[in-house]
Amino acid sequence: MALPIWVFILASVIKSAIVLGVLLTAVAYTVWLERKVVGHMQNRWGPTRVGPFGLLQPAADGIKFLFKEDLTPPHVYKPLFIAAPLIAVIFALTSISVIPFGNAVRIGGYSIPLQITTDVNTGLLLILGVTSIGVYGVALAGWSSNNKYSLLGGLRASAQMVSYEISLGLSLVGVLIMSGSFSLRAIVDAQGGHFWGFIPRWNIFHGQLIGFFCYLMAAYAETNRIPFDLPEAETELVAGYHTEYSAMKFAMFFMAEYANMITVACLATLLFFGGWHGPLFGPPILQEILPVFWFVAKVFVFLFLYIWVRGTLPRFRYDQLMAFGWKFLLPLALANLIATAIAVAW
Amino acid sequence: MSLHLILFLAFGAVCVAGAVNLLAQRHPINGALSLIAVMAALAGEYLLLGAEFVAAVQVIVYAGAIMVLFVFTIMLLNAGVEERTKGSRVAILFGIPGLLLGGILLGWVVLRHSGTEAVAAGALPGDPTTIGQLLFHEFLLPFEITSVLILIAIMGAVVLASKPPTAPARRVEG
Repeated sequence: MALPIWVFILASVIKSAIVLGVLLTAVAYTVWLERKVVGHMQNRWGPTRVGPFGLLQPAADGIKFLFKEDLTPPHVYKPLFIAAPLIAVIFALTSISVIPFGNAVRIGGYSIPLQITTDVNTGLLLILGVTSIGVYGVALAGWSSNNKYSLLGGLRASAQMVSYEISLGLSLVGVLIMSGSFSLRAIVDAQGGHFWGFIPRWNIFHGQLIGFFCYLMAAYAETNRIPFDLPEAETELVAGYHTEYSAMKFAMFFMAEYANMITVACLATLLFFGGWHGPLFGPPILQEILPVFWFVAKVFVFLFLYIWVRGTLPRFRYDQLMAFGWKFLLPLALANLIATAIAVAW
Repeated sequence: MSLHLILFLAFGAVCVAGAVNLLAQRHPINGALSLIAVMAALAGEYLLLGAEFVAAVQVIVYAGAIMVLFVFTIMLLNAGVEERTKGSRVAILFGIPGLLLGGILLGWVVLRHSGTEAVAAGALPGDPTTIGQLLFHEFLLPFEITSVLILIAIMGAVVLASKPPTAPARRVEG
């Protein structure tokens, strides 16, 4: 059932355009959601003036970033100063290309899978690889700013990201052992069906609860979010690695951070919460669209969890952060791996 | 001129250009970035051979972890631009004949084996299952010994970088 080449290219271009559009809008409105939710948690309103419920606030912010003066300080190392936000944003947006959003849809006789690339055999490894390269955006931004606060912030942030990548990878190996494949679609397909008729066969109910918590904590540290956001907190080191950036370059770091959050949320739903599986009902046209709706709903729950944690917890000090990553999270992920391997081998 | 050959030449050109640039750049950070480009191009070459797992691991481990540590070291040591020195006579005396000899050897080997077929993509198994089987069945002992070797290197680094033990403060009696 291979597609002819022109259909494949056309479908890929359309899918890329749609996903990119949706992703960038989602990034902007995640910022809005965060400001509203954290505001309400702090017993205040959040944005309310710009449009109904402040819904046009992201548009206003976008226009502000475009018109702000793009200042390049005189003593920065120019090539890397300009390249660093580009690296951050490019690799944050690339990882969305292997994420499947649903089953294949039938359009005009062709069965087009809802994934920008075809289903890559090593999809999970690709995402881990792209996140590893994204560390360079932070490290090079900190160094090229020629500023001790940025350098320290950049080094701290990249050391944190590299340390928690290990726990991130190990927490996913439990899921891999149970699904037997690196391909994201195969991992989701292995979570179809139900236990005892009503509990869905998601990996989190199938023994990967500890794996899920390891993944969640490692992912919060990877994306530099509270409680692990010391490197870019407002009261620490001026602003960390993006101190010297203004206007669009700063907006690119911002976009990269929220795009990483969305990728992490998508991965969590695919690997632990059954992806697009959910109750299907109604006419066939609705049944084609419902998996995507369930996927988006689950991703939304994760984004809300991210924002909820941000509004609730204080942040770790840097030495506490590194000790947590190496002395608690890594042994826990290894123990989860060993327990899963023994359980599967039996 | 299949697409496979074109991609192979493209990745190979990036690889060689990165390697030459690594030597030609005077600032170490530019050299490190060129080396990252070389690693990424090598990952592309592995992918063209059908070794998808090795390509992904090359990006994750080499370009994404080892090179990050290189870049950390350059940033922490604040290594500046290399200063210009006069050319080394030993380098010219041994380097140029060595380069010519290496080039002649390479040319001879290539011409001698010019009739062999290229490895087609997918001819050799590259999927994670096969690699896992090989690594944990046939090559288990080298795998474990390599991990012990890396552990020894880590312990050595920790010992070398730790502070010397300070004498305990004497308690004042009375």
